Amino acid sequence: MDALVAQLQMQYRNYTVSLYQQGFLDDQFTELKKLQDDASPDFVAEVLSLFFEDCVKLIGNMARALDQTGTVDFSQVGASVHQLKGSSSSVGAKRVKGLCVTFKEYCEANNYEGCVRCLQQVDIEYKALQTKLQDMFNLEKQIIQAGGKVPQVDIN
Amino acid sequence: MATTSTSTGDIKKTKSVEVKKKLNVLIVDDDTVIRKLHENIIKSIGGISQTAKNGEEAVNIHRDGNASFDLILMDKEMPERDGLSATKKLREMKVTAMIIGVTTLADNEEERKAFMEAGLNHCLAKPLSKAKILPLINNLMDA
Repeated sequence: MDALVAQLQMQYRNYTVSLYQQGFLDDQFTELKKLQDDASPDFVAEVLSLFFEDCVKLIGNMARALDQTGTVDFSQVGASVHQLKGSSSSVGAKRVKGLCVTFKEYCEANNYEGCVRCLQQVDIEYKALQTKLQDMFNLEKQIIQAGGKVPQVDIN
Repeated sequence: MATTSTSTGDIKKTKSVEVKKKLNVLIVDDDTVIRKLHENIIKSIGGISQTAKNGEEAVNIHRDGNASFDLILMDKEMPERDGLSATKKLREMKVTAMIIGVTTLADNEEERKAFMEAGLNHCLAKPLSKAKILPLINNLMDA
């Protein structure tokens, strides 16, 4: 049992580090994890759940705004991008945040093709992050079910 | 009192994060993720919080004169009434709570200055964290 726990913990450490190294997450995610404790044991999962709901809603808003026949209201698109940038920054979703910075610039330049490209990329990136984090949470569950503790991972 | 724990080998150390007073905080932000994050940050430093989705809600909470917040975390850009307008209005209503403006790194110096001049006690850039906010709150409470 101890060998299994140790193996799972190693897997978890390596996987978590890879998420930072590949740019999916940044230090703000570490700050988020620090806020989880016995009083709020599901805090990270709850915040991320809200974030992914936000992604669906805001990307839907952006898509509808860009799909207008006639003149596109880029300020409306930009408002949704601004919100997504804020929430992605707050959970440490580094790639999504970075895309939002570029997306906002295209909105300010009224660049339709640029906006459409960014919209597609943001959609891909948030879904990729969602899958990666689900895998991370599954590893946590396996560690606990094997009788171990989820290790704190030092990114630096 | 909020505590954090670290473990070094078999020895468990507990570090106290002292809150000088139990804060009653109003969190004003149009984003659900950020409201949730800030709620938990305030809880982690021993405070209690209420939320508002925009500046207009924040102003309405104070209209009957019974609101008694120690601190208001005020987002800058919000629909219906933005942070700058809400801060100005609250100060006109003689609200004496400490107001910390929450800006983004994209905001330039002029925008931050205008926000401060609306009546803030301080400004912080998103994203907020416990490490960022606790020393500031303690310093502002001491002043």
